[in-house]
Amino acid sequence: MSGWPILSVITFLPLVGAVFVALIRGDDEVARRNARFVALWATLITFALSLLIWVYFDPASKDFQFVEEMPWLGGAIAYRMGVDGISMLFVILTTFLMPFCILASWVSVTSRVKEYIIAFLVLETLMIGVFCALDLVLFYLFFEGGLIPMFLIIGVWGGKRRVYASYKFFLYTLLGSVLMLVAMMAMYWEAGTTNIVELLDHGFPAGMQTWLWLAFFASFAVKMPMWPVHTWLPDAHVEAPTAGSVILAAILLKMGGYGFLRFSLPMFPLASDMFAPLVFSLSVIAIIYTSLVAMMQEDIKKLIAYSSVAHMGFVTMGIFTGTMQGIHGGLFQMLSHGIVSGALFLCVGVVYDRMHTREIAAYGGLVNRMPLYAAAFMVFTMANVGLPGTSGFVGEFLTLLAAFEANTWVAFFATFGVILSAGYALWLYRRVIFGELDKDSLKAILDVDRREIAILAPLVLLTILFGVYPGPILDVTAVSVEHLAQGYQDALAAAQAAVQTAAVAAQ
Amino acid sequence: MLTAIVFLPLLGCLVAGLLGRVVGHRGAEVITSTFLVIAAALSWIVFMQVGLGEKVHHPAIVLFPWIESGTLDVQWSLRLDTLTAVMLVVVTTVSSLVHVYSIGYMHHDPHRARFFAYLSLFTFAMLMLVTADNLVQLFFGWEGVGLASYLLIGFWYKKPSANAAAIKAFIVNRVGDFGFALGIFAVFVMFGTVEFDTIFANAASAEHTTIHFLWREWDAMTVICLLLFMGAMGKSAQFLLHTWLPDAMEGPTPVSALIHAATMVTAGVFMVARLSPLFELSHTALTVVTLVGAITAFFAASVGLVQNDIKRVIAYSTCSQLGYMFVALGVGAYGVGIFHLFTHAFFKALLFLGAGSVIHAVSDEQDMRRMGGLWRLIPKTYAMMLIGTLALTGFPLTAGYFSKDAIVEAAFAGENAAAGFAFAMTVIAAVFTSFYSWRLVFMTFHGRPRASQETMSHVHESPLVMLVPLFVLAAGALLAGFVFKDYFIGHDHEHFWHGAVFMAEGNEIMEALHHVPAWVIYSPMVAMILGFVMSYIFYIAKPSLPGSLAARHELLYRFLLNKWYFDEIYDVLFVRPAKWLGRFLWKRGDGMVIDGFGPDGIAARVADVTARVVRLQSGYLYHYAFAMLIGVAALITWYMFAGSAH
Repeated sequence: MSGWPILSVITFLPLVGAVFVALIRGDDEVARRNARFVALWATLITFALSLLIWVYFDPASKDFQFVEEMPWLGGAIAYRMGVDGISMLFVILTTFLMPFCILASWVSVTSRVKEYIIAFLVLETLMIGVFCALDLVLFYLFFEGGLIPMFLIIGVWGGKRRVYASYKFFLYTLLGSVLMLVAMMAMYWEAGTTNIVELLDHGFPAGMQTWLWLAFFASFAVKMPMWPVHTWLPDAHVEAPTAGSVILAAILLKMGGYGFLRFSLPMFPLASDMFAPLVFSLSVIAIIYTSLVAMMQEDIKKLIAYSSVAHMGFVTMGIFTGTMQGIHGGLFQMLSHGIVSGALFLCVGVVYDRMHTREIAAYGGLVNRMPLYAAAFMVFTMANVGLPGTSGFVGEFLTLLAAFEANTWVAFFATFGVILSAGYALWLYRRVIFGELDKDSLKAILDVDRREIAILAPLVLLTILFGVYPGPILDVTAVSVEHLAQGYQDALAAAQAAVQTAAVAAQ
Repeated sequence: MLTAIVFLPLLGCLVAGLLGRVVGHRGAEVITSTFLVIAAALSWIVFMQVGLGEKVHHPAIVLFPWIESGTLDVQWSLRLDTLTAVMLVVVTTVSSLVHVYSIGYMHHDPHRARFFAYLSLFTFAMLMLVTADNLVQLFFGWEGVGLASYLLIGFWYKKPSANAAAIKAFIVNRVGDFGFALGIFAVFVMFGTVEFDTIFANAASAEHTTIHFLWREWDAMTVICLLLFMGAMGKSAQFLLHTWLPDAMEGPTPVSALIHAATMVTAGVFMVARLSPLFELSHTALTVVTLVGAITAFFAASVGLVQNDIKRVIAYSTCSQLGYMFVALGVGAYGVGIFHLFTHAFFKALLFLGAGSVIHAVSDEQDMRRMGGLWRLIPKTYAMMLIGTLALTGFPLTAGYFSKDAIVEAAFAGENAAAGFAFAMTVIAAVFTSFYSWRLVFMTFHGRPRASQETMSHVHESPLVMLVPLFVLAAGALLAGFVFKDYFIGHDHEHFWHGAVFMAEGNEIMEALHHVPAWVIYSPMVAMILGFVMSYIFYIAKPSLPGSLAARHELLYRFLLNKWYFDEIYDVLFVRPAKWLGRFLWKRGDGMVIDGFGPDGIAARVADVTARVVRLQSGYLYHYAFAMLIGVAALITWYMFAGSAH
């Protein structure tokens, strides 16, 4: 399997697709159709190729695999790519969801189709790059670069308040990125390399860890998003077109969690331990606060956006327990949420395409005319609620279990999320799907067509499959997660021992 | 065979649910019902082998792994012991009869295929629950039946009241699950596993250890048992978490019979019995179980006295009978509790299906004030309802007579602090039970007809497909106690249970309950007669009495009629504050504080400065890209300088 640079191929294949789309001339119906098909094929081939990573990935190894290295920018900064058990599935999640995004935009986007598709393909390249990069500079480029196409997607193809939404997005992310950049410089200054693999083994001094941790936290917490820097998300979601929301919820949010797993926890273990109570508090507040807020929303997308914040609270809580189950659960929760929240936004897109409104009050009784849609929506609602047997349960269960071991207060309050999520999700379902169909505007609404079935059916299957048999995900990530948790615990133990030795010496 | 029993209903569910349009309504009905009847037949064979036959250890059937992470190892597996076998019989028998009955009851409904898919889904989840070999799979079944219950209560989705009831049932159950989940976590922290056999084997050594929970150290077993019991309270509609059960009567009547009388609501009882090795180690937890059971038995029966909806009377009766079962568990008589679960399944399902037959006859009327005088018109249903009532009130030699009286005796013989209270409550509740049961019979079948002329002219006996299940259940209600009492609670009980329910050293309740004073043995009988006589006076001899009594004790009457005002209190305490808080946090917290001081505030300042310089629309994106480029450029420049310095 060595020989050809599979990660680079997957990363840049969508970009090649984008070039093809750019070369299509004209803006008539034929050109649009061609652009869509080029994009669909580019994303499908990328997905098919990315499955090879899963096939050839050695789950028994904790090391980075498929590593590529090329000198770049003259010297120590290099183009380094590679995946381990933590990042591998994010790559596949990204490539998996892209064809759905293209399909979901098939008829709903009619203006500047070519540009829209180019933006999406470029975005895919940048997102895959984030999860593959093994060099700080490269990571930073992909990480921040991904925001530009996202801006365009919200700002150009978004809803009425798109300017406000992108404004907010900009302000939130700017501060975090600047701080992260400074921290990266400091890391280079300290360790003498930008190679992530080497940085992972480099023990940063305790005092420095604190500052580096805070700087990275500023960036990742916004991305996640954690309370109280979450308010950009509902606005961005509401204004973004369907496919934009899917990418935002399913992939972009995961970059924050991935950052915690790749940088904060392994590189700054002492600081992570020190700040864990802070993270726990913010996570628990996020779970309860945003669940309550979600309950009262009048806009379907906003409700799902707030529920995303609550679910990400479980992720951060799990990750910073630093235990096997916590990290494993957080990772699983991110992947599951990628599928489920993506699917929920696709579901909203289905009715939005028909009615052009996201007001909950504008719907009601859809089950009467859309039974298939109602069934699919029910599965995703239940996964959102965390019902055992759906993928939503596994992550929630593992993170809560780990939290209980770490601190029972955290688990106690976080478990309230289990009650509240049932409240907002079922109430939404009831208002949109159940009841008498008495609104005139809905009388002629049609059930999902073949294209929409092709989008939703695989997601339904995966949601249930990973709920009943999460083995494929848990097994392939287990070794890397265990290595991470072990390293974290060892670092803490070593620091503890050092303090004791110093105390003994002082006597 | 066990695998077949569990997965046949799932298969039926998939066929009816996914291929409903292909096989048609008739196909869905026939397929799901056939599968269930086969499963029931197999269950009885298993029951004969495991419960009554030669005792061998049945290792759990491991299907495939579920959640494996570090030291946590959860498998999908099927456990088989006497307790499971009893539950298998109860679940599949009632479920198959309800399937068959529903063919008749639902024959007008345009969504029958969906209905049968849900029924089979429920049965599957319930079977997963009773065959669980670890706490997480138990939780899966637990939530699965919750989902099915939610779907079935809200089956008639056009009725707003049905939708509200469905959500209420799910959320109140989730409140219980909150405790259940924390209990599972505590078990894992304590024992390092969620598997029953390992937990039970190590349980004794965990006695008197402590666990840190919230602000202090507690006795580990007490905390674990009470947390898990919270789940049981939710599912079994015990006092404080009972409010969803009466509302759940919005669902079709066969659903009430299957889920909200015979099977799902008894899951809490099953859970406590299954975890008896843990509960036996905490005296405090058992006392709480007794107390909650006793209060529920009394409270629900008192509300049942004045309800007018025929199904709600039976629903409160169910709630009350579940309280009886918990009393038995609480005093350590697990076999007695499960025995009552077993017999109750027959006569309560019979009463519900009988009520369904009545409702069917009087054109979907459920208010008993608009019934009366029906016994001549539907004599078979009337006879079946009589049998159910006799069994429920504990008429000698019927099923309830053996199991309910045993509970009262066990409560008297019990040794924990709440046992005396429980004895008093169960006897008083027995008077109430007899009163409201006969009140139901008298109001529905006797007296002069209060329904409209037109309704009365349409009254008809149900078709055979509905009556046959009633006959089978009636046979169970008459015989189940007499036939099985020796095995469940009599001299064969040790051989029968074979360790499936655990009795700690020194727990002699099974022996003690057979040696109570004579007046204790006769007290339930006296209570039953008293209730009957009062009911007869009120509703046959002097029908004006209830009205004048209610008028004289207006306050008490309203208090009972409004179910002790629990719904109103909860609305004020939880529902409204949650909504208010949600809106407050959204508008004030997110809107004013975070956005006001954060992005909007900054944005306003930035806008002031840049408004004149940059055109609004392209500025932000351009700026952002520019900032990033500057960042990268700075990094590279700096790096190159630093690199050359080395």
